[in-house]
Amino acid sequence: MIKKVMMKFAIQRCCSTPVFLKQYETSTDAVLRQFGVDVIDIKETGCCGYPLKNINIKAFVLSSARNLALAEKKRLNMITFCNCCYGSLKHVDHLLKTDTVLASEINAKLKKEKLNWQGRVEIKHLLDVLYEDIGLETIRGQLVKTFKGLNIATHYGCHLLRPLNVAGFDNPFSPSKFDRLVELTGAVSIPWRSKLECCGSPLWGVNDDLSAGITHKKVTSAAQAGADFLCTACPYCQLQFDRVRRMTGSRPDEPAGPPSVLYTQLLGLCLGIEESSLGIEKNEMNCSGLLNFLIHTEHNRSDPQSVSGPLSP
Amino acid sequence: MYSISLIAALAVFCIGVLYKVSTWFRYTIDPFAAHISPAGRVQAAMKGTLRVLFSARFFTLLEVFVLDVVLQRRIFKESLLRWAMHMSIFTGFMLLLVFHALANQIPGKIFSGYYSTLNPYLFLRNLAGALVIAGLLIAVYRRLALKPRRFFSNVMDWQMIVILAVVMVSGILLEAGEMSSYSAYQQMVVDYADVEDEEKIALETYWVKNFAVVSPNISEPFDPSALTLGREMHLAYCSECHSNSHWAFMSYGTAKSIRPLAGWMESKRIDRALWYIHFLASFVGLAWLPFSKLFHVFVSPLSLLINAVMKDETSDPANIATRQILELDACTHCGTCTMRCSVGTAFEEISNVYILPSEKIGAAKMLALGKDIDPAELDRIQAGLYLCTNCHKCTDVCPVGINLQQMWFNLREFVLQQGRPELQVLSCLSLYRGLNRDKINPEHYVNIQQLAHEAVAGTDGRVREAGQKPLKINSENKILKGILNANTRTNSLWSCYSCCTCSNSCPVVANYQNPRQTLGLLPHQIIQAAKMGLSDLIFKANMLRDCLWCYACQQNCPQNVQVADILFELKNLAISVAQNNQKNK
Repeated sequence: MIKKVMMKFAIQRCCSTPVFLKQYETSTDAVLRQFGVDVIDIKETGCCGYPLKNINIKAFVLSSARNLALAEKKRLNMITFCNCCYGSLKHVDHLLKTDTVLASEINAKLKKEKLNWQGRVEIKHLLDVLYEDIGLETIRGQLVKTFKGLNIATHYGCHLLRPLNVAGFDNPFSPSKFDRLVELTGAVSIPWRSKLECCGSPLWGVNDDLSAGITHKKVTSAAQAGADFLCTACPYCQLQFDRVRRMTGSRPDEPAGPPSVLYTQLLGLCLGIEESSLGIEKNEMNCSGLLNFLIHTEHNRSDPQSVSGPLSP
Repeated sequence: MYSISLIAALAVFCIGVLYKVSTWFRYTIDPFAAHISPAGRVQAAMKGTLRVLFSARFFTLLEVFVLDVVLQRRIFKESLLRWAMHMSIFTGFMLLLVFHALANQIPGKIFSGYYSTLNPYLFLRNLAGALVIAGLLIAVYRRLALKPRRFFSNVMDWQMIVILAVVMVSGILLEAGEMSSYSAYQQMVVDYADVEDEEKIALETYWVKNFAVVSPNISEPFDPSALTLGREMHLAYCSECHSNSHWAFMSYGTAKSIRPLAGWMESKRIDRALWYIHFLASFVGLAWLPFSKLFHVFVSPLSLLINAVMKDETSDPANIATRQILELDACTHCGTCTMRCSVGTAFEEISNVYILPSEKIGAAKMLALGKDIDPAELDRIQAGLYLCTNCHKCTDVCPVGINLQQMWFNLREFVLQQGRPELQVLSCLSLYRGLNRDKINPEHYVNIQQLAHEAVAGTDGRVREAGQKPLKINSENKILKGILNANTRTNSLWSCYSCCTCSNSCPVVANYQNPRQTLGLLPHQIIQAAKMGLSDLIFKANMLRDCLWCYACQQNCPQNVQVADILFELKNLAISVAQNNQKNK
């Protein structure tokens, strides 16, 4: 018996995924569908404003506020699979809640589109929905396969954690939610030195050497800790660990280091979601080795408790 | 007069089409194909076309032709109202073209017993006219009353609506005038009806009652016996090739309502004037078609078909360059791209129309033609082109299938090549360019980044090295302090006691052996400099532009100084100062 959690969210998709990371969209949709979570694509939803932050603060605030107001109009909470969208929406929500002058100014602008921000929309990251709303036990109950002997370097990404008063997903100094989600699949979320550092993506295209240097440092740290794969839950981090690394190549004297998979791909494999939705072959670095760690679970789906023992580290 | 103007219009039309088609091969907005000659492009286009026609992709063409060109699926998906609008104008106009404008050439040859005055042609002609008018009314309603936000109408849009409206309205008035015209009626009697005296009056009575003819001799009340006889005469002489006028419902209704004016119209030969207006407007439309938005009736289907079979990766660069100029002619300025643009909202705060995709096309046309654009305008175009997240939405929704994504990419590099610094390069908007850097000349790629960095850092100003004279605070410094103090987040800088935790937790700082040398100032030093209002010192520091906004500094600060937010504010300030400097140059 599959337990379905009936939930409905407006979704804020990332602007980079349609071109570079379609597999994150399809795998997220497939995973959420599996748990009965309904995602609504509001047609008018635009960019969260994240890239406008460095250009015009008001434009940044208005962009996120508008998307929140669109969700608010439909009385929906908001889900996003992108850390930067999450960070921006949270940031703007925070700003508007603490700055009433700004809020009324923005609402005056929104009024022209018959919209209004009132701050009633809850902003959730995909990981948040999986961890809090669907819950580890429900997910565990639907696993048809698990990983064995797989070491994962879990990468949280900045805007999920920092600053705490805005993001608030987990403890910014020693987070554990994402690790527990990773371990749910039977993989081991290994400790690694630069786990909580930035992936380097914001500077790709601005200062490529610095950006690649930061990425390289992180990947090396993960490799040294014995990671087989990196695992991300943000398009920008994934693109940095995947496409940018493919573009820059590894240094001749060093091994390539662990490739990166999206969490929805990792979990999707264990949920038995068809490979066309997960799109693992679309990752630019070869991730096919992931399948070698996969084993069929023997647990009885109607009794999720029976597998909680061996799966928990 | 009629044939002379028709021939002239056709000649202009043909020359116009040839000229326009030649531009597809002569012009380019594609920096990656600038070296290919027009002859090379013609050759590539022919090769590409043949290759598609003799492959399985031919069936893709068929599918797209039926679904997207004829049935206009892409507009249907976007909006039912707009689909109804476009379908009405499209089908109405095509029917009128075939069964009315080309009446002698097409239906006259195909259908035996074709008479324009006979049903179903009489009725269908009016139905087609009604469709076009309904479509035009929706178009006007949409552009004036519905007017979605950030939706602009330009002269071209209105020109097209006006010319179609003139053709339609003059046509209906003309037919109405002919219906009510007594002399036209008399001519028909002479030509077709062999009637005398009583029968003649009876037929006239019948036509005045039923066919909207306005006669100086006969008016209500009608003589019932005359009507009966008139009906017989009508059946004998007229009905075979003239259906009842009320089937031409629009003209009939108009004729009825302008009844009192019929005599005046006849005496002033208004029908003649209407006839001239009607065919001249049609011919002006024809001649002007290649140069107007109407050209889309030919080019938009081409764009849809070409884009259905052309893939970016496998296409000949010559064909991409050609296609992009063709696409500029395919654009109907319908505004779908702008309405669905991800960053369209930014236009509410940054008043630069070139942010909006539908308006970028206008800039692309100017650039393709190689027009002289003044530097300030060019800066606006460049900024508009850069302010794009490359989310692919515009391309997905374009009703005529233009590959806008690739258009912006090429156009952006095309404009950047002119060497004017683009400060938005320093933002995350550069990600797309970065992820596609394999496609860009490496030297040009880096050069654009350097130009932006230099524009903010400046090449003059007070450069200070260790050991030089102590800094003096001047009035400019107070401005910076004022800005930072005014904001509840940024005024947290006064709590800083320089413990350096921010700099120690910064991944950018940690990336360098000697960070001071590369970054100029470290985060804690920027905070100190900000306290003193030393804006030029801060703006020079690479640290400001190399910040990742990972918030490690802010999260770790024991004094709760909003370090990242302050750096953020400072960077935006540095960029806007540089922008103003550029404007004033």
